[in-house]
Amino acid sequence: MPKKAPLPTPNARFPLVPSVIAGGRIFDPKTGSNKNGDIYIVDGKIARIEYSKPLSRKSIQSLGLEKVLDATDRIVCPGFVDLHVHLREPGREDEETVVSGSKAAAAGGFTSICCMPNTEPPLDNQENIRFVLEQAKKGFARVFPVGCITQGRKGEKIAEIGDLIEAGAVAITDDGSPVMSAAVMRLALEYSKMFKIPVVQHAEDLSLSHGGIMHEALVSTFLGMRGIPAAAEEVMIARDLKLLEAFGGRLHVAHISTVGSAELIRQAKKRKLPVTCEVTPHHLVLTDEEIKKSFNTNLRVNPPIRSKQDVEALREALADGTIDAIASDHAPHSREEKEVEFDAAPNGMIGLETAFGIIVTELVGKGYLSLAQAIEKLTWGPARAFGLPVGELKVGFPADLTIFDPNHSWTYRASEGFSKSINSPFDGWNLKGKVSHTLLGGRTVYPFEPRQEIETLPKKNVIKFAITGQKAGKKK
Amino acid sequence: MKKFKHKHLLGLEGLTCDEIEFVLDTAVTFKEVLERPIRKVPTLRGLTIVNLFYEASTRTRISFELAQKRLSADTVNFAPSASSVKKGESLRDTARNLEAMKIDMVVVRHSSVGVPYFLTQCLDASIINAGDGAHEHPTQGLLDIYTIREKYGKIEGLRVVIVGDIKHSRVARSNIWGLKAMGATVAVCGPTTLLPVEIEKMGVEVYSDLDKALWGADVVNVLRLQLERQEVGYLPSLREYSRLFGINRKRLALLNKNYTIMHPGPINRGVEITPEVADSPQSVILTQVTNGVAVRMAVLYLLSGGLEAAVA
Repeated sequence: MPKKAPLPTPNARFPLVPSVIAGGRIFDPKTGSNKNGDIYIVDGKIARIEYSKPLSRKSIQSLGLEKVLDATDRIVCPGFVDLHVHLREPGREDEETVVSGSKAAAAGGFTSICCMPNTEPPLDNQENIRFVLEQAKKGFARVFPVGCITQGRKGEKIAEIGDLIEAGAVAITDDGSPVMSAAVMRLALEYSKMFKIPVVQHAEDLSLSHGGIMHEALVSTFLGMRGIPAAAEEVMIARDLKLLEAFGGRLHVAHISTVGSAELIRQAKKRKLPVTCEVTPHHLVLTDEEIKKSFNTNLRVNPPIRSKQDVEALREALADGTIDAIASDHAPHSREEKEVEFDAAPNGMIGLETAFGIIVTELVGKGYLSLAQAIEKLTWGPARAFGLPVGELKVGFPADLTIFDPNHSWTYRASEGFSKSINSPFDGWNLKGKVSHTLLGGRTVYPFEPRQEIETLPKKNVIKFAITGQKAGKKK
Repeated sequence: MKKFKHKHLLGLEGLTCDEIEFVLDTAVTFKEVLERPIRKVPTLRGLTIVNLFYEASTRTRISFELAQKRLSADTVNFAPSASSVKKGESLRDTARNLEAMKIDMVVVRHSSVGVPYFLTQCLDASIINAGDGAHEHPTQGLLDIYTIREKYGKIEGLRVVIVGDIKHSRVARSNIWGLKAMGATVAVCGPTTLLPVEIEKMGVEVYSDLDKALWGADVVNVLRLQLERQEVGYLPSLREYSRLFGINRKRLALLNKNYTIMHPGPINRGVEITPEVADSPQSVILTQVTNGVAVRMAVLYLLSGGLEAAVA
């Protein structure tokens, strides 16, 4: 069996200093622990988490802590994990690169991102996986490549999955294209059992969705646009669940978007089938009505944004645990490709920098999800789905942390973002909830320009800062 | 004096009964112009209009061009072929170029839904939709309604049946919106594979049994069947379509006494309609063509800021 690759880590070019994240509300979705406290970081790892009793002067001094980050009135949680991003490298470096995409990830609070293999050439061999990992060393987040299910993403012959895993792939998918042949899907599920990795299906029966450009329902009838029926997604999920039941393996369904998909997975989970799934922020928030208002090509995605009933069902499925993860499906496209007729536009929108704000504003803010649930779906939920060694707060683990203010209001401007592309329908949206710091292995990767908030402590005051957390507000 | 409050005509969805009446009343005046010995008025002198037809069209383009010429507007036709568009400049760049050339109005036809709206976002000119995909074809809807009103003197209370490929028809959609706003009862009838989902929520009766649909109808609007629908499998054969959905003389007995047969053209004789029905005295197919010019004159005039009955 191939040895699994080590944890992908960018080059250590950000300052690493022993530090304290002081006075924040620390939330660990794995344990459910949710208390004010301090996190002590030494050598880039979580050295200690102290909730009730502050450390003694002696022990703090013995840890040699030099800096404190005042997290008062903020929430400190594991770094966000995104199971579904398109980094476009190799092939479309004009739209995004591993580095620019990971920078956008860091700005959005994501410390781990799984990149899809539909690049040019696709990630169906060791060399290409290694290329992505090499590029990621210059990046701002852990990049976990997802390899192809089939050679050349053609859906015909399975790729050298063992090789891909050895090179660093954490899952396999032909994302962008479904595996149409049931026989090939069966082989992929069976073969991947050896490596205990999930097969990630982009669930779409192409014979049903063919030529469609939006969700098939009343709005597509009004507009006369060719529709993609919900059934195109659902028949594929139903088929795959049957294959999973018959032949074993692990199935992860990417970006589910319909009432029926959620119900199929809910029932499969009741029967204890090893299936997980994800949903995107846009499928949780936008409806097909938006297309009618603006014909904005940034609303053109695959699967298409669906109807109101679908949005409601997905919110419920997220809250009741049917859906494991929120994934952005960050899909950059160039301006010239998007500034065209709706028919001619490619599918996809960027989402790394808006995912968190959208979820907090539209779901938490409107009572569909608790903040704790939202964080779980952005951290431990996705990490568990792919078996990634991240997404929890554990002593001895790398200090991948996201610190945010759930009440911070801001306006998203795509042109001011860090992705190389600007294809977002959320441009100009007023959002609540903003990441203030992203720490990767104890190093501050965001903000990109270190701010005053991280202060070097006068040695004598260490205890005061570290213990109370509140005094840190008095800045010099 | 009334003034048409819209700058663009993108569709009939959302237009009120009064607004449609206003266009139709204006068209009555223009139809009278068309019957004069010199069928030309100086109303739009100095106005520049571009007819931007990305999709092949004969009658709609000629109808618009005639309407513009009869109103003394300066017109330019631009019909880029689909292949040259693929290689050439984007729609956005074309739009910007038009803007730079100081155009007052653009009449656009495109296979992609939403293109007329797209142009309103990048041009100052008034935009008239001459058909966008299967979405809307508002001037066809208006001329159909005009033709019905001309015959019956009203729309309210009439029963209009639209027969054929509803799913891919922009004519059907514009007719439904317009006729509903004017108080008609609208029914659609076609093979179930060519009825779009949830069409009943547009406020129409839905049939796949033509005899039931035609029962008690005043007007039958027969849509053109795009012959390629059979090739991609929506229909097993034209023969079966013709048998189930063709309008023939026998079926006319189901209609109200003073019935009317309409068709937006071009006709597939023997497929959706038999020649004897198409050429019968109850058929207003050519009247529709004549009225098309008058209605388009009215639309051009009103969108250019014209006031009620200002035609001398």
